Amino acid sequence: MSARDSILTKIRQVNVAGSDDTARKQAVAARLSDSPRGIVPARGQLPDSERRALFEAMAQKFAATISSVADYSDIPRAVSGYLREHNLPADIRIGDDERLAKAGWDKERTLEIRHGASDGGDMTAVSHALAGIAETGTVALASGTDNPTTLNFLPEHHIVVLKASDIDGDLESIWDRLREKFGKGQMPRALNLVTGPSRSGDIEQKILLGAHGPRALHLIIVDE
Amino acid sequence: MQLTSDRFKQQAQKALVDAQLQRALLNVEKGFIGKRQMAADALPEFEALRDNARDIKNHTLAHLDLYLEAYEKKVTEAGGIVHWAENAEDARRIVLDICRKAGTKTVNKGKSMITEEIDLNDYLAANGITPVETDLGEYIIQLRGEHPSHIIAPAVHLNKEQVEGDFRRVHTHLAEARDLSEPAALLSEAREVLRKQYFEAKVGITGANFLIAETGSSVIVTNEGNGDLTQTLADVHVVVASIEKMVPTLEDTAQILRLLARSATGQDMSCYTTYSTGPRREGDPDGPKEYHVVLLDNGRSSMLGTEYQEMLRCIRCGACMNHCPVYQSVGGHAYGSVYPGPMGAVLTPSLNGIEKTGQLPNASTFCGRCEAVCPMRIPLPKMMRHWREREFEKHLTPATARYGLKLWAFFAKRPKLYRLAVSFGIPALSALGGTKHRFRALPFAGGWTRHRDLPAPEGRTFQQQWQQREALKQNVDQKRAA
Repeated sequence: MSARDSILTKIRQVNVAGSDDTARKQAVAARLSDSPRGIVPARGQLPDSERRALFEAMAQKFAATISSVADYSDIPRAVSGYLREHNLPADIRIGDDERLAKAGWDKERTLEIRHGASDGGDMTAVSHALAGIAETGTVALASGTDNPTTLNFLPEHHIVVLKASDIDGDLESIWDRLREKFGKGQMPRALNLVTGPSRSGDIEQKILLGAHGPRALHLIIVDE
Repeated sequence: MQLTSDRFKQQAQKALVDAQLQRALLNVEKGFIGKRQMAADALPEFEALRDNARDIKNHTLAHLDLYLEAYEKKVTEAGGIVHWAENAEDARRIVLDICRKAGTKTVNKGKSMITEEIDLNDYLAANGITPVETDLGEYIIQLRGEHPSHIIAPAVHLNKEQVEGDFRRVHTHLAEARDLSEPAALLSEAREVLRKQYFEAKVGITGANFLIAETGSSVIVTNEGNGDLTQTLADVHVVVASIEKMVPTLEDTAQILRLLARSATGQDMSCYTTYSTGPRREGDPDGPKEYHVVLLDNGRSSMLGTEYQEMLRCIRCGACMNHCPVYQSVGGHAYGSVYPGPMGAVLTPSLNGIEKTGQLPNASTFCGRCEAVCPMRIPLPKMMRHWREREFEKHLTPATARYGLKLWAFFAKRPKLYRLAVSFGIPALSALGGTKHRFRALPFAGGWTRHRDLPAPEGRTFQQQWQQREALKQNVDQKRAA
């Protein structure tokens, strides 16, 4: 017997014993198709402006920094400003996300832009988030050519652009968005839920920022 | 690692007089307990979420065969490969085969307790493949040739001076005069050293906090980002996970995630929670080209349907050990097993048999704090008691303890004799306790008094107090009735 059959047989001997196997199968099928929500904290269930305020407060609690712009065309200037403020070289890594591509980067003449996955040599990367989660100050990023996963982890500084209207109250809303975009039961290759910059408490349980991932996470919220 | 749980007592004795360890263990309380409490208090739904998380896992375990099949189907659809492993040996061999096919000399590892359980590092090294731990704590203990002393804080038994010594010993390519006196400097150095390593290995191995039947995804929860670099930059991502990591849906992970970070580190959410589904897709600029899941049983299926089934709800947050007075006193290595603390005291006998691990379920005062903080409401003291019963039934309990129990049982079954003995014994002990009412040494109790005084009995016995309470209550009831 294969390891697979052997393991499943052992489990079935216990699980099936004394219960109706058809009912078990129905229960599993129903749960997988209905995806019951469970308990969603009241914390994030707020009107728009308060939800955004909670998102910002939570993100800052976890050491992310935040700025906001009126629309996408203001992003290049905001990014350049961030680089100058932190004495960073005037170059960024960016994916193919159309919303970012249309922002008009040529306005920042000195800014060098590299496209595609990071090779580990980038100081700063700019990504566009799928959504924000107010209850924990988290941003959700989906893999792909638009926003390569390496941009989330290799650079020293990670700048994430987020539309104000994409700030959800809770984690469950992310599943709704994913299902809408990819279909029920389908996922992007990687979904990264990022809450603040990388950190470690492994030496004497003192929390220090900048472990293996970015030392700084900066969020730019677009009002439009 | 070699199981040395049968030497728990000797190992604990040594730990109690180890000044370095005792200093490091102070960080457990500072680092975890208050933070967990604050995070739990800040979420009004926390207790209700614990109930729901318990129910989710109970439902999953009752339908585990079906969810595993559904999960396997989804992984395969996404282009991943599921390998089933009945035991540690199978799992090790599968991982080695994957590494050999990838033609790699070195593998990177994200933090994973399951690969500790199957002794993967030693096996790979013995077969010519160098494993490199990338989590800071795991990296430190790998340099020292040690095993984790805590399931989420593997180097919690160390002080920064010890880490500095190890870095100076190993990182000989760096300037000798560099300042490593602060944890921040140590962290920067580890970051720099490991950064290069991420690009060297063709295979990256991680564990999983969840496997999701609905989508065929595996989930890792980390703070450092090392697990993500490990799995994103390698050509081949290997997930090693035991079968009880299964949950039905994305929604179910959200419920349990709200408990996990709060119970572990007191964060509302860990820095990085990553859902991985299959290998790189067409057009993807990054991510692994192969995605493998080694689905490991290693004794779990034998726990189903027994009094230890509830242990399979464990999400490895570490709250039980953080809050355990025994763990706080002796640290994790004294347990002599992969999993320390209360969860280890239940799980280790299940995985390795009670014969060599009987001291672990006895290493508890049954104070109940582990159960009080367990996010999955696992009745740890009850299960430790079951293991003590198994141990007693198998005559594994030491003779002195068995005779002691028999002697006590003799009196307990004869209440009049018991009360008579107590009526002489208590005043005598009370008088002997002197003005401080404590014993600094007692015959037959050296094991206790070596490390602390034994309080002398004072006042009335439990039974006397009970009778008095009952009499009072009756009085009150009679007055009310009147």
